[in-house]
Amino acid sequence: MIEIRNICKSFEGREVLKDISTIFEKGKTNLIIGQSGSGKTVLLKSIVGLIEIECGEILFDERDTRLMNFKEQKLLRQEIGMVFQNGALFDSLTVEQNVRFPMDMFTSMTMKEKTLRLNFCLDRVNIKNSNQLYPAEISGGMRKRVAIARAIALNPKYLFCDEPNSGLDPVTSILIDALIKEITAEFDITTVINTHDMNSVMEIGDKILFISEGLKCWEGNNTQIFNTRNKKLNAFVFASPFSKKFKEIRQMEDDE
Amino acid sequence: MGVIYHIGQYFLLMVRVFKKPEKNSMYIHQLVLEVEKLGINSVGIVAIISVFMGGIITLQLTYNMVSPLMPNYIIGLGNRDTLILEFSSTVLSLMLAGKVGSNIASELGSMRVTEQIDSMEIMGVNSASYLILPKIIAVVFMSPLLFIISVTCGIFGGLITGPLSGVVTVATYITGITTMFVPFYVYFSIIKTFVFGFLIATVPAYLGYFVQGGALEVGRASTKAVVNTSILILFFDLVLTQLLFK
Repeated sequence: MIEIRNICKSFEGREVLKDISTIFEKGKTNLIIGQSGSGKTVLLKSIVGLIEIECGEILFDERDTRLMNFKEQKLLRQEIGMVFQNGALFDSLTVEQNVRFPMDMFTSMTMKEKTLRLNFCLDRVNIKNSNQLYPAEISGGMRKRVAIARAIALNPKYLFCDEPNSGLDPVTSILIDALIKEITAEFDITTVINTHDMNSVMEIGDKILFISEGLKCWEGNNTQIFNTRNKKLNAFVFASPFSKKFKEIRQMEDDE
Repeated sequence: MGVIYHIGQYFLLMVRVFKKPEKNSMYIHQLVLEVEKLGINSVGIVAIISVFMGGIITLQLTYNMVSPLMPNYIIGLGNRDTLILEFSSTVLSLMLAGKVGSNIASELGSMRVTEQIDSMEIMGVNSASYLILPKIIAVVFMSPLLFIISVTCGIFGGLITGPLSGVVTVATYITGITTMFVPFYVYFSIIKTFVFGFLIATVPAYLGYFVQGGALEVGRASTKAVVNTSILILFFDLVLTQLLFK
C-alpha cells in the first residue's frame, strides 16, 4: 500500500500539485487519470522519488520516504518497478540484457538462476525468440512488454506505469492492460498507472484518482465513474462521441 | 543560469560519479566497452592525422626555418619537440574533444531525454557513477597512450615526407630527433594529457547528463560540449605551461 498525504509541488512559482492525498491499495490497479498537463506525470514521478516534493508525505507500507536515509531509499527503489511511457529500454543492450540488468546489478544470483528468472519474466509477458534483438529492432508493443518484464525481474512490491498504452493500437493496449492487471493480482503488488486511456479506466480501474489542474477532483472505481455528477470528470470521461454513446446505452440498460 | 551555478552543479555531479560502485563487475564490463569505444576506436584517426601533421611540420620547418646558419638536423629536432610539446598533447586533445566529447554528450543526452537515466535511478542504480565513471577512466588512461601513438606516427610522417621531398636525408632527420632530447617535455605532456582527458570526459558528460527537452537540446548540448571543452583545454594548457615550466 502506498499512501500520499498533502503533496505539493510547483515549478518556477507555478503550482503543479496542490495538496493531493490518497491511498493506493495493494493487489489493485490504481489509476491516475486527468488531461494532459494536469500533473499526472509529476505526481507519479514525485511518488517514485524522481521529483522532489515541497510538502507532504509519501508512505510505502507505512515507511515515510522523508525519514529514510540514502541507503534505505536505495533499498526501497529496488522494491519498485517502473514502466516508462516509451519503455525506456537501454538502447545499447539486447532484450535479454535489458531484463537481466537489475539482476546483474543487485543480486548475487548464479547465471543459471538469472537465466531461469529471465525466461520466466519474458514468458510471462509473452516475448518469444527476441532475446538477442535490440530495442530499435522490436515494435512499440514489444518494447512495453519487455519494459514490464524488466520491471518485474526483481519481484517488485510496487509497480508504476506511466501511460503504458500511449502510441499503441487498441488491441495491443488491451493486451498490455490485461497483462498489468494479471501481474498485479498474481504477485500481489501495488500498481499505480498513469493514463488518459478510457479503455484502461473501464477495464482495469480498481481505483481511480482524477486530477485536474493539480487538484484531486474525484476518486472511486470504474463502476462509480459512470454515475458521478462531477462535471469536470464527466467532461473528461465522456469527451469523445464514442464514450458519450457508450454512456447513453448504459443508462438505457439501467432504466430498463 | 550563471557560471557559478554550472560550476557548483558540475562538482556535485563529480561527487556522485566518484561514489563507491554498486557492483564492481558491472563497472569493469562497462569500462572495457568504453575503452574500446572512446580509446581504441580513436587510434586510427589519431594515427592518420599525426602522420600528416608530422609531414607538414617537417616541410614548414624546412621552408621557414632552415638557413645556411642553421644545421639541417633542426628539422627532425623541431618536428619532435613540436609534436611532444603541443601537437600530440594539446591539438590532439582538441580533436578528441570533438570526436569523443560530442559522442559522450549526445549519448548521455539521448539517454536522459528517453528516460533511460530515470529508469536506472528508479532501479536504485547511481546512474551518474555507472555511466560516467567508466568513461572518465577510459579517456584519462587512453589519452597518454594516444599521445605516444601520435608522437610516434608524427615522427614517422616526417621521416617519410622529408627524404621523399628531398629536403632532408634520413640520417640527418634521425640525428635531429635524437639530438638534445629533454625527457621533461614528455612528462610535461603526459601530465597535460591526463588533465585534458579528464576534461574531455567530464565536461561533455555534465552537459549531456543534465539535458532537458528533446533531440534539439541534445544536439545543442553536443555542440556546447565541444566548444566548452576546447576552451577549457586551451585555458589549462596555458595554466599548466606556466606552472610546470616556471
